[in-house]
Amino acid sequence: MGSSGSPPEGDLLTISAKIVVAGGFGVGKTTFVGAVSEVPPMSNEAWMTEAGEGVDDLPPGNKSTTTVAMDFGRITLRPDLLLYLFGTPGQARFWFLWDDLSRGALGAVVLVDTSRIDESFAAINYFENDSELPFVVAVNQFEGKPEHDLDEVRDALALDPAVPLVTCDARDRASTIATLTELVGHTLSLAVLSGPAGRELAGSTPHA
Amino acid sequence: MPVSRQDTPLPRRSRRIRAYALTGGRTGTRHQLLVETLISVPQYDPALSDTLMPESRSLYERARVRCSVAELSVGLDLPLGVVRVLLGDLASEGAVFVHPTAHAYHHDTNVLERILDGLKRLPA
Repeated sequence: MGSSGSPPEGDLLTISAKIVVAGGFGVGKTTFVGAVSEVPPMSNEAWMTEAGEGVDDLPPGNKSTTTVAMDFGRITLRPDLLLYLFGTPGQARFWFLWDDLSRGALGAVVLVDTSRIDESFAAINYFENDSELPFVVAVNQFEGKPEHDLDEVRDALALDPAVPLVTCDARDRASTIATLTELVGHTLSLAVLSGPAGRELAGSTPHA
Repeated sequence: MPVSRQDTPLPRRSRRIRAYALTGGRTGTRHQLLVETLISVPQYDPALSDTLMPESRSLYERARVRCSVAELSVGLDLPLGVVRVLLGDLASEGAVFVHPTAHAYHHDTNVLERILDGLKRLPA
């Protein structure tokens, strides 16, 4: 089951889980992670990628590799149960990194900003077509912005009726917790519906 | 816990190149090391630590406090691919323990229920 060696001395066997927070550039992914993480969101240049491997606008100067940042936060649910939240790199050219992040995830929250709804089309397409992960779409309801009717948003996104659509305030801890709860509830209902075999491939289907 | 002297950052560029050379071009490992996979050191052995290459030793020292693959990558400023290969080697030697992730229990809705319950109990 992915473990090896002897159990740690004086340390509980600890299970970790992961939720992916996706959406286009500037929709509030890092804000969402920061609102609920027990540590400040962590970030580093996690991936190095060859020029030409989906990277088309390298900075000048014959640079042959580029780095892509990963940012994430952590929630301790119980002493032996940790939940990590990983924001996806915004740019569509980094799909292969989305595959890496999605592998083994409980599911994804796709954030949508209604004033730039097209920023999140690519993320929704990815989770609808190229991934087996359960996902929910969360409209990031910034303060002072007009509230949108969720049915209109669902129409604008051409979202499958089976995909839960909620509103949230990415800056608000209670609101982000509610969104995560919605996602895990959705994942659980799909797991119960489809039985043991149903999630066999979840998160492990290679993205062509 | 004593801080390893190997945690002192080396100049960024040379450090990365050396780290990639250390993996010998390998990118895979037989252990499933997801970004959220937790690593710990079951029985710390200073003699073993002394035999390790600097990057592996830094990983070994850091993992004395249970830590995820992603956090090790951030903490040591090493790319994920390098961290995975080096941790895979340490795991194969039994030097580190690889904790199971929720994905290993995807046949078992109890883990999902515990996560859901944990989220509902979080202070708002």
